Amino acid sequence: MSSETYTLLDAGAAATVDVAARGGRACLSPEALESATGWSVKPEGFCLGDVCVPARGALEDDGMVDVSAFGRLTGRPVIVDEAEQIISLGAAAAIRGEALQTLEAPDFTLPDLDGQLHSLSDYRGQKILLAAYASW
Amino acid sequence: MALDKTPEDARPWIEAAAPTHPSLIDTRHLVADLYNMVNVPTVVWIDEAGRIVRPNDVAYGNNKWQEAHGFDAEVHKGALRAWVREEVAVPFAPERARELQLLPSPEHQEARAEFALGQWLWEQGRQDAAEPHFVRAGELAPQDFTIRRGSMPMRDIDPMGPEFFTMVQEWSAAGEDYYRPLPES
Repeated sequence: MSSETYTLLDAGAAATVDVAARGGRACLSPEALESATGWSVKPEGFCLGDVCVPARGALEDDGMVDVSAFGRLTGRPVIVDEAEQIISLGAAAAIRGEALQTLEAPDFTLPDLDGQLHSLSDYRGQKILLAAYASW
Repeated sequence: MALDKTPEDARPWIEAAAPTHPSLIDTRHLVADLYNMVNVPTVVWIDEAGRIVRPNDVAYGNNKWQEAHGFDAEVHKGALRAWVREEVAVPFAPERARELQLLPSPEHQEARAEFALGQWLWEQGRQDAAEPHFVRAGELAPQDFTIRRGSMPMRDIDPMGPEFFTMVQEWSAAGEDYYRPLPES
């Protein structure tokens, strides 16, 4: 089976993955899935840390992973643009919501104008005003 | 932190303000995703232990456009100073802060994945290919103006122009809020 090179977008980062079409479904190898998302394929199903979800219907006969079905099972939105050969993985709404409800401010790392990186956690011990604005 | 498509878009404001605090650029809307921000300006107060004590709220830095948006920057600054100087307790008890949080829906997260795809294509110079992803993102999350207005500069639409005003008018006519400030308590 032939495969094509796709760009996989996840949390602002881009990776290159081999994608095989199986009856019109975009499929990744289990190794590619794990390296892109952290989820591994085990006899129990898809596993991340202690959490496993049954892989119901998301595995092809040859073991390849239907990435859209994987997304439905794990709550992660998956957008596939076949013409542009890009897959965009979003974060699961439940994961985002649960994290916010802990009231622990989600950590992040972003550049300033000079490209120097700053993490929210660098400023632990100080009060922080996080202010989002835009030129638009 | 600027939710702008490139650092250059934010540069004039940052250089003019010359802030002593870190001023970051979030071209891929990572913080908007993590904090479920749906518009700008959005402020979040975070205490010394890294806990959110004031969830997403609306506050401007000055009153230049107060007639248009109706928010008094001095009210927020006064409250912020009082909290920093420990003249007052935290603004909201944890239970209340949780109640006030807007949480994302699966459709909203799908919209963010569409936006990310459109933004990536735009960065690659593939504006035509990006367009349907921006449109779809706006349909999935009509309440998210970091997507609907934030994508306009990548679609050759003036974000201060007639399309923007029409968008806000239609949203308001449907009984929805363009800004979502927190209640007083």
